[in-house]
Order: sequence, then structure tokens, then C-alpha cells
Amino acid sequence: MIELNVNGETHRVDVDPRTPLLYVLRNDLKLNAAKFGCGLGQCGACTVLIDHSPVFSCLTPISVLEGRYVRTVEGLGSADKPGPVQKAFIDEQAAQCGYCIPGMMMRAQALLERTASPSDAQIRQAMAPNLCRCGTQMRILRAVKRAAKAMVGELTPVREAQK
Amino acid sequence: MLGRIIAGLVVAIAVAFGAFYAWAWHGEIAPASTPAALFDPGVVAKGAKLAAIGNCGTCHTQAGGKPYAGGFPVETPFGTVYGSNITPDPETGIGSWSQAAFQRALREGVSRRGDHLYPAFPYDHFRHMSDGDIAALYAFMMTRQPVALKSREPELTFPMNIRLSAAAWKLIFLRGGGIARDTAKSEEWNRGAYLVAGIGHCGSCHTPRNAFGAEKKSDEFAGGMGEGWRAPGLGSKSPAPAPWTQAQLYTYLRDGFADQHGVPAGPMQPVVRNLQKADDADVRAMATYISTLGNQDRALADRNLRDALDFAHARAVRVPGATGSATTGSSPPANADPAATAGAAIFAGACATCHRSGGGLPIARPVALGLSTAVNAPEPTGFVRTVLDGIHPPPDEAGRFMPSFNGTLTDAQIIALATYVRAHYSRQPPWANVAATLSQIRRQPTAAMEAP
Repeated sequence: MIELNVNGETHRVDVDPRTPLLYVLRNDLKLNAAKFGCGLGQCGACTVLIDHSPVFSCLTPISVLEGRYVRTVEGLGSADKPGPVQKAFIDEQAAQCGYCIPGMMMRAQALLERTASPSDAQIRQAMAPNLCRCGTQMRILRAVKRAAKAMVGELTPVREAQK
Repeated sequence: MLGRIIAGLVVAIAVAFGAFYAWAWHGEIAPASTPAALFDPGVVAKGAKLAAIGNCGTCHTQAGGKPYAGGFPVETPFGTVYGSNITPDPETGIGSWSQAAFQRALREGVSRRGDHLYPAFPYDHFRHMSDGDIAALYAFMMTRQPVALKSREPELTFPMNIRLSAAAWKLIFLRGGGIARDTAKSEEWNRGAYLVAGIGHCGSCHTPRNAFGAEKKSDEFAGGMGEGWRAPGLGSKSPAPAPWTQAQLYTYLRDGFADQHGVPAGPMQPVVRNLQKADDADVRAMATYISTLGNQDRALADRNLRDALDFAHARAVRVPGATGSATTGSSPPANADPAATAGAAIFAGACATCHRSGGGLPIARPVALGLSTAVNAPEPTGFVRTVLDGIHPPPDEAGRFMPSFNGTLTDAQIIALATYVRAHYSRQPPWANVAATLSQIRRQPTAAMEAP
């Protein structure tokens, strides 16, 4: 039995300690935002935050998460009340097929918590691990810039982990 | 009496310093420039290949900067030296340097104005280059795009912050010039020896340095440090389980992958990337020379190679895991180190997908970990660096890739993983210092974490 803190809620899951976090999120906790893309840490569709760092949840065994804090898109806001990153992605219509977008949003969230007003180069560098196959990269970059503007003053640089 | 002794000492010191200063003093070489159009394109092309072997662009180009315009930070134990602007801009680059001034810089480590250059610029190697090669390199540099960008001053601790300290360093450590031919060896071997010692400056990273930052010639190619990474020993001093053959080394330097060794990581990546522009014969020559370093017994090397391949294969087909319930079922021994057991579970979830996949992979298969130099090296810097940074092709280029696990794994988990990987994939003794290595690396800024 492993205790897992996701989006501020504690869950107890009974799975093999080697199970990837992504499978636990989707299959056990029914948090379906993070997507399975490649399973190799190459595409970023599964990106979530662990203690403020963006990670590939497909390569994160559940055994390493004891006492750590996981965040997914479900923790950024809801359809009715989207968070600033979600709202920016909607406003810029950054999704084509949308499969990569949850990972993109989590990586953007991590960047903006660390760097309040990133330069274009910083955004590109930070977002580089996540791939989009449809070709909406320019809209995604605009969405991250828009979110950065929206978040200035709204968030302290690094939000305290809600344990 | 005491007064006389003191006076005598003062005079002696003054004379010694005067002599040293006279020796160290170099005059300015008058500004001169040749229009780019006057250089022979053939000579420029030859210089381009030498610049590729010399990896010049790496230390003379900063992240996101214009080629050869300088600014790249070279960390040394004495502080940071920044690669200078070597574009032909007359004000901020070397556009006003005559070929004589360029040659003096490469051989004596003295700027056109007569200032001593710090040996982070490897003139201890470049001084071995022939006149013709220096002329070709000069032609190549002088035909680059000029960029107006003032070179950044070094940030060094006392007394190294005084440029004359570089003169004192040279007085003690700067030796030789030119590489003597070994007539008993092939033309190819001699060409390799010349390139490795000179423009290639392989020893700058692969030879350990003494307290003054000079290469220990008595311990040549025994392995050193470069940009916070451990540069492994070469030839017979390599920690790679499979002895490097000429063919493997050639493939590694030419294609960036050798199936008995894997891919270059860290500062070796740009070296190999730049070698793509070098002549095939030159890459082959360097591989020929380096693979003979240490004069290994051929039969012994062959035995060691077979043994290493057998070991790596045996370990690769076992499946890791805390319980051993999975597929081919090998369970850890009952007295297993708990850190290794925890590490095995981490490996199974984080690493095995690529490093232990039985079936096909949509990516290039990584080398068996039992053959990895990083895993088998005497200390864990390469392993820890690779886990933290991953392996990434340059921005906007395709290439071999491993994700970074910085943020995924805590320090304690990386230590457990290192313990497991070392125990399972190597027959070398356990690393004693993973925690210390990790905290040391954590204190250094990594390129990926720096703001562009």
C-alpha cells in the first residue's frame, strides 16, 4: 500500500511499487489528463509535477513518491473555473488534437512558478522536452506568454507544497 | 649584518623578478589584416577541418551566441575563464591579428598586444601544430563572419587574476613543440599522434592535472575532468569493460555510437559532433593512435573483450525487481543491500523500459549497461551526471536521447539506484562516494538549468 498525494488529496493505492505513476493516475485514480504517448520519456504527453518539477510520469515508478506532492492538470483548475495556464491555452486555441496539451500545460506551469516573466528563449528551452505533432507550437508558445502575463502578481514564485 | 642580508635578499629577489619579467615580456605585434577574399579557398577548407577537430567553436561560442564570438564559461579550479571572441572583428575579435600574432598565440599563449593568455586556452597542445596547419586555421578564422562583441574578462582568484601568473605557469610547465615521428609506426599512427597531441588537445580533459592546473605528463591519458564531467582514461587506462579497438573508436568518433561502448555524453558530445566535419582519414588516424595507447597485449585485450561481452549479456537478460517474480526470474540474494533492493525497484520503473526492454524499441537501443564506461568508472560522476541531465541532442537537432531524471528522483533515490546499477552491471567495487559526488554536482549550475 502506497500513500500518494495528488493535487492536495491523499490517496492510498495498492499496486506493485514498480508501476508507473501515469498508470496509477489514469487507472486507479481516474485522473485522465496526463496521457500515454511513448512510454519512453521522449514525448512529454505524460508530464506532471512532482514537488514543483516537471517529470515524465510514464517513467516515474510509484515507489519514489512516498511523501512527495504530485500535481496534474486537474489541480490547475476545472472546465468551469480554468486556472491561468488553462485559460491562456483556451484563449490562444493552442490545441489541435490536444493530446500533448495537458503535458504542455504542466511544463508551462512549472516554468512560470520558477520564472515569473520568461523570455522567448527561456520558454522554448523549458518546453523543449514536450512534443506536439499537429504543429501548434507557435500557439503553445503564445499561450505560455499569455499565461505568464496573467500570472504576474497572482502567484508567489513557488507555491508552498500543500502537504 | 642582518641589514646586509635583508638588503642582499631584496636585491636578489629584484634581480630574479627582473629577469623573469624580461623573459615574460612580449611586445605588441602591429595590427594587420588581410581581406577575407584574399585567402585561398582550399586553405580555408583545410582550416575548417582543423577547427572541427580542435572543437574550437565550443569554447569560443556561448549558448545562443554567434559562432566564435566568445563568452562560453570554462570553469577551472581557479575560477572562470570565458572563451574569447575569435571572429575577425578588428575591435573586439582578432581581425587586427597578423598570422604571426595568431601563431604566437597558439604556440606561446600571448595575445597580439603582448598579454599572457591563460592555459584554459590549450596552447600547451596547439604549439605542436605545424606552420602550415596554423596558417590554414588562421585563414579559416579570418574568413568567418565578424561579430562585434567584447570578450568577457576572466573571473579568477588571486594570484591567478594577475596575468603574469600565466607567464610563471609557462616557465614551469610549457614544454616542447612539434611531435617527433615514430618511424617504427605507420603513417596513419603518426598522423593520429600529431592530431591528438596538437589541435585535438585530447589530453586537456583526458589527462589529470596537478595543483597548478598543468597536465601530469607522467600520467598522460589516465583520465581527468572537463566541464564538471569525468573524462575517462584512454587506451589501456580506459575504465570501459570492453577494451577499445580501433574499429570501435573510429565508429564512436565518426557516428557517435559504438555498440560495445554507447554514445558520447557531456562535453564529449560537441567533440564528436564537430568531428563529423573532419576528414575520414584523420578520424581514422586518431582512432588508430588512441587505441594503441598503453601498448595493450593483443591476446589479453581480446580475452577481456569476450569476457566483458559475456558478462554484459548475462546481466542484460536478467530482469530486475524486488521480488524476482517477473519473466526470467532472478531474485536478489537474501543478504542484498537494502539500497540495492530499493534501487532495483527504481530501475524497474524508471530505467528498464529502455535499458532492459526485451522486445523492439521505437528508438535506437542503448548499449548494454554492463559495457557502459559511466557504470564501470572508478567514481560515479558520469553515472550521476547522466541520470541528472540525461543525454540530449543539440537544440533543434535529432540525435540519441535519454530523459533527465532530475526532479523525478530524490538524492536518496539516485544513491539507491547507483548502488543497484553498480552492483548489478559492474564487477567493480561499489562506489564509496555517490552522496558526495551528488552534492558536489548539485552545487554546480548545469547548462540545462541556466537561463539562456
